[in-house]
Amino acid sequence: MKWFTAWRRRPWAGYAVVLAALAIIGVVYAGASPGADRAQASDTKVSAQDVAKGKALFDQTCSSCHGANAQGTRTAPSLIGVGAASVDFQVSTGRMPAMNPGAQIPRKKRILNDEQTRQLAAYIASLGGGPPVPAADQVDPAHGDSALGGKLFRANCAQCHNFAGSGGALTGGKYAPPLDKATPTQIYEAMITGPQAMPVFNDTTVTPEQKRAIIAYVTQTRSEVNPGGSGLGRIGPVAEGLAGWLVGIGLMVIAAMWLTARKPKKKHND
Amino acid sequence: MSTTTPPKPIDDAVGYADDRFATAGFLRGKMKKVFPDHWSFMLGEIALYSFVILLLSGTFLSLWFKPSMSEVIYHGSYTKLNGVSVSEAYDSTLRISFDIRGGLLMRQIHHWAAVLFLASIMVHMLRIFFTGAYRKPREINWLIGITMFTLAILEGLFGYSLPDDLLSGTGLRITQGVLQSIPIVGTYLFYFAFGGAFPGHDFIPRLYTVHVLLVPGLLLALVAAHLMIMWFQGHTQFPGKGKSNNTVTGKAFYPVFLIKTNAFFLFTFAVIAGLATFAQINPIWLFGPYTPDSITAGSQPDFYMGFLEGALRIMPNWETNLWGHTIGWNVLIPALVPLGLIMTGAALWPFIEQWATGDRRIHHLADRPRNAPFRTSVGMATVTFYGLLWLAGGNDVLADKFHVQLFWTTWIFRVTVIVGPFIAYFITKRICIGLQRSDAAELDHGVESGIITMMPSGEFVEVHEPVKENAEAVLRSKPVPAALPDAGEDENGIPSPASRGPLARARKALNNAFTADDIPMGNGHADGHGEPQVTAPGANGDDSTQDAAVEGGDHKELSRG
Repeated sequence: MKWFTAWRRRPWAGYAVVLAALAIIGVVYAGASPGADRAQASDTKVSAQDVAKGKALFDQTCSSCHGANAQGTRTAPSLIGVGAASVDFQVSTGRMPAMNPGAQIPRKKRILNDEQTRQLAAYIASLGGGPPVPAADQVDPAHGDSALGGKLFRANCAQCHNFAGSGGALTGGKYAPPLDKATPTQIYEAMITGPQAMPVFNDTTVTPEQKRAIIAYVTQTRSEVNPGGSGLGRIGPVAEGLAGWLVGIGLMVIAAMWLTARKPKKKHND
Repeated sequence: MSTTTPPKPIDDAVGYADDRFATAGFLRGKMKKVFPDHWSFMLGEIALYSFVILLLSGTFLSLWFKPSMSEVIYHGSYTKLNGVSVSEAYDSTLRISFDIRGGLLMRQIHHWAAVLFLASIMVHMLRIFFTGAYRKPREINWLIGITMFTLAILEGLFGYSLPDDLLSGTGLRITQGVLQSIPIVGTYLFYFAFGGAFPGHDFIPRLYTVHVLLVPGLLLALVAAHLMIMWFQGHTQFPGKGKSNNTVTGKAFYPVFLIKTNAFFLFTFAVIAGLATFAQINPIWLFGPYTPDSITAGSQPDFYMGFLEGALRIMPNWETNLWGHTIGWNVLIPALVPLGLIMTGAALWPFIEQWATGDRRIHHLADRPRNAPFRTSVGMATVTFYGLLWLAGGNDVLADKFHVQLFWTTWIFRVTVIVGPFIAYFITKRICIGLQRSDAAELDHGVESGIITMMPSGEFVEVHEPVKENAEAVLRSKPVPAALPDAGEDENGIPSPASRGPLARARKALNNAFTADDIPMGNGHADGHGEPQVTAPGANGDDSTQDAAVEGGDHKELSRG
């Protein structure tokens, strides 16, 4: 280990270690990409019992903000007429019940399970109107045309959600979330209900067939391996520039230092 | 250089060439050319070797790329785009990526090499600037360098625009806007360049010719000139023992430098190939083909255009309407002002410095940045200005990843891009002066040895060792500022004619800025406390202390802490 002891006492050894550490952190961070997908079955059968149970759940978890009769308060909007799809989206993504009101409610671990979500949706739907939870066939990516979906995605979705659905910033602290976790049903529901900052893409703007195409595009894109190596977060040239400087220039500077380093003297007595 | 004969293969090869071309006499001198050795002197070589890799990989790509905007229906290996109507440029780039053997790797090598090319030009330029290596006789080479930097940025932008993907098109749309924003001639320029309405069928083929023929040709010629001038003038070197304006210390061109530089080429190639293998760049299949009605979040140019993008993003929406003509300051200013300030400023700087300091001497010794506080501070102010604009170019990514509100980032950058450079200037200057003071103290008092000695009186003092020979040569290298000729007053206090007028006053002010913060080095003022110096080491008689103290020289200076 003599060479090592000599090496680490070189004047540039400290810089080399810091640079290498930075490069490693950068690469590891860029390389770590989320990917899990979640399937979800939607059951559309609704009984009076479900509505009653949903009402009980609503009183318990939602009424403090949305009002006793879902009529809305100063802190939260009315839920009359939002429909089952909206409830299913908000609750199954864990956004509702919300923890604290901010510019935007983030996706988090869901609190109510599938059964409770269905009951809650039944209750809200019983208050009147609104889009229902889509059927499994409506959101099946296997039946969607991903090429058409890509075109529609680039024209309607990419300006906020980024070309690969990696998400992006919006004004006022809001953001378009990454689409890596959204299930096909949730993507459909988001389009039809327009949650938070998102506009509504109703069935005349984007037909159900086109919605399915978009779902196919999103799910295919996120499960697609990056043929060129690490995707660097799929956020475009910013990450590429960072990698070029940290890894590229970093390694080259280390190489230059190595090539021009003088051999350490045997005796340290000069 | 040793006098032993070279190995037989080399001897034979040299003999073969000499028999035919009489090269021995020519080579003998060249092979002995001395190159100073320092890691920062190799930064420019990264650019050179990236450029070589760019030329080779670019040639490969040009074998398959079709610079055409004709519409075709994509039917290739990337099934997600099957049946989508795209331009031939986009189609052929997809084909290179997915259907040509090694095509994707080559594309990624080409793009990463471009990133490294520009990045290394930037760090190389910074090294030249901060060490004053642009000074006489190297001003012309500095100008050539700036020209190459500008050309490289353009070349990168053109290459980025060629595949006609979503980001290319967005970039071209901005290029169109910039062209149109130029007063009076803007509309004409745009129509001449694009040959009709945006995007049109003409621009991509034209861009291609410029990208593969004109700019690389210019760059190649300038690289040759750059290197020949460098060879002729010799490389600068850092101050040290045995180094001066008239002597060069370093390694001979053959064999040491040649081997090192070849190794460095292989390093460059390894890093670029490594990045191209493990990190995806410019995934145009994810971006999708460009259509004027599409846009994506995270629409950014490559990093070297980032400061222009940033300027555009933070620019307030100013427009003037004059006699029915709109002048779009909101596009014109961000497109021209930062680029103009930095490039023009950098180009003029050597001449401004000469004019202000009156220093027209030949400089082969690089300055230590601390010894030129004004230059270093202006440099850091520029770096800050550039860096903030650069960051502003990624403001949406910053807002998204660091959870900052988007409009806040806009305002933060609007303020800091003005204030930041001044703060950087001030801080850098203080650091430079502090380092100079510490240098002066080291020369005068020696280096703190970390050995505490107890005096007979019971007082504890730290032993100061004199500065080592090489370090002392470095410290003493601080140049004396050249005096400004006939700028002062005569003995009667009458200002000389040359020092009157606004230009002369500006010159005087600049001269003051260049020379004001000059801490004298090693003027032998000793410790300055007016107390006698104690020169007996190891007063407590401890053997180890004595050894340590006597080792480096024959006397040690003790001074009061």
